[in-house]
Amino acid sequence: MTVRFKGKPPSRRAFLQGALASGGAIAGATAASAAGPDPLITEKQEWAQATGEGVDATPYGLPIQFESDVVRRNVEWLTADTISSINFTPIHALDGTITPQGCAFERHHSGAIELRKEDFRLMINGLVDRELVFTYADLERFPRVTRTYFLECAANTGMEWAGAQLNGSQFTHGMIHNMEYTGVTLRTLLEEAGVKPEGKWVMVEGADASSNARSIPLEKAMDDCLVAFKANGEALRMEHGYPVRLCVPGWEGNMWVKWLRRIEVGDAPWESREETSKYTDTLEDGTSRKWTWVMDAKSVVTSPSPQMPITHGKGPLVITGLAWSGRGAITGVDVSIDGGKNWKEARLAAPGQDMALTRFYLDHDWDGSEMFLQSRAKDSTGYVQPTKTQLREVRGLNSIYHNNCIQTWWVKPNGEAENVEVS
Amino acid sequence: SPVLAEKLGLGRAALPEEVAAWNHDVRPDGLGLPEGTGSVEDGETIFSDNCAMCHGEFAEGVDNWPKLAGGMGTLDRDDPLKTVGSYWPYLSTTWDYINRSMPFGNAQTLTPDEVYAIVAYILYSNDMVDDDFVLSKETFLDVEMPNADGFIIDDRAETEYPQFSQAPCMENCKAEVKVTMRAAVLDVTPDVAGDE
Repeated sequence: MTVRFKGKPPSRRAFLQGALASGGAIAGATAASAAGPDPLITEKQEWAQATGEGVDATPYGLPIQFESDVVRRNVEWLTADTISSINFTPIHALDGTITPQGCAFERHHSGAIELRKEDFRLMINGLVDRELVFTYADLERFPRVTRTYFLECAANTGMEWAGAQLNGSQFTHGMIHNMEYTGVTLRTLLEEAGVKPEGKWVMVEGADASSNARSIPLEKAMDDCLVAFKANGEALRMEHGYPVRLCVPGWEGNMWVKWLRRIEVGDAPWESREETSKYTDTLEDGTSRKWTWVMDAKSVVTSPSPQMPITHGKGPLVITGLAWSGRGAITGVDVSIDGGKNWKEARLAAPGQDMALTRFYLDHDWDGSEMFLQSRAKDSTGYVQPTKTQLREVRGLNSIYHNNCIQTWWVKPNGEAENVEVS
Repeated sequence: SPVLAEKLGLGRAALPEEVAAWNHDVRPDGLGLPEGTGSVEDGETIFSDNCAMCHGEFAEGVDNWPKLAGGMGTLDRDDPLKTVGSYWPYLSTTWDYINRSMPFGNAQTLTPDEVYAIVAYILYSNDMVDDDFVLSKETFLDVEMPNADGFIIDDRAETEYPQFSQAPCMENCKAEVKVTMRAAVLDVTPDVAGDE
């Protein structure tokens, strides 16, 4: 994916118009309650008299129509086509930590393929005692584990290296989802094949045309990688690798190979396209880092944010967001309303879990003046999420991937918010 | 130790034909390369027929499709052009990726000789070989990639983690906060869904 501005910009219509229009209607309803009796209470409503839908109406339901803005979005100019491309999770509108699968972001290199369980085969070959083929039914007979992890695209926030570009947390931070996975540990499958002593690396590839082959050191493969067939309680979605994908906890999303078909054990890395041409990070002097697998500690305020303006006026305001780290658990999140001059410790909705999204809240009494909202994650290694300036000092502007900088939203007195950089 | 672990007896032995059908990967040391040969001259025709509609007749790229040639010496500039010639460290990756995943939308249709020829033509397009060059399994490792030494293994543990693991400032951390860049000025965010 090309993650810099290219091609014709979309129309100049203000992105905020839609959000403000619907928000205004809600604010109006609140104001009406002060003027007199509320007809929504004093008049009998249709839903209190007639009946609703029967239990046979919706064998598998979608969100109610009023939530139609909580959907994946793509940005046309980011990529040459929509097949090898990306879309974005509507993190601005979600809460808690579990991402609904239906709006969890997608990243394909040759499209989302349709692979039946009956047609699924998983091969283990190379430096093993026995080269094996598994069916889907075989996988379901191995001892199972269930774990919750975030998957963050290496390019998440990548468009923001050069400056503030996209106006909304969905677009700046939405190449991420967090699911509860069920499956078999990769270790279990490798042990079934028997890794030879000279086996040091595994190559994982998908059944799709892109193959998305990546090399993983054996230590990680034997540690916590998961060959998953369920997410958030049900089968994987087609676009997320149905029927089987790899989970590589804490590591860049590209390595979470979908439609997994083959695991080869070798004595050296393969240096595939996805770990040479792509997913390598160019520094200011022209050299590039390779094998930057781990996603470092990161956070973002999801509301208020450009897509989530404040529409209720002064007074109590919930500032909320997400934090995560590929190197362990989130231990705390600091929030600043003045662009980093002063910080307050936010409240974690639940204690941070290793390599999973953590929800934070800061209950704030907004006085109606402008704010420069920032969040700063801290993880169990003692790492503190850096500013973009700090990252640029080490890396320059061209590393594309692994942008975990502190994000700033400029919240204006009218409640609108904008993606900005501050000094 | 994984070698001594108890097995459940699930799955079955992979047959040699099955492993051969899926095991296409090629490593930098040449492991996995099949027998075959292809010239720049043959590659020019095959590339023109199969690749040029997206990647250009000279591998220079069409529209937003990837450029495969050019960009030498640009990696330390503001807008580096990363191609097979300017960036890719190993020729094996070019062979492997074309063989497994190209042409886009019609992958795994090229013969080994065709892949050798296309790779030879891409090298020629990058001014790395002459027009009479022939690439084969035997000559493969002789090709020197310009950016072969351009990569370092992830060094964040040394260059970033100590610096970013200091106790952070909580109060009076800076004197002033000024807006230095605004996304709304750039205005490249899509409108709300359906509102075209």
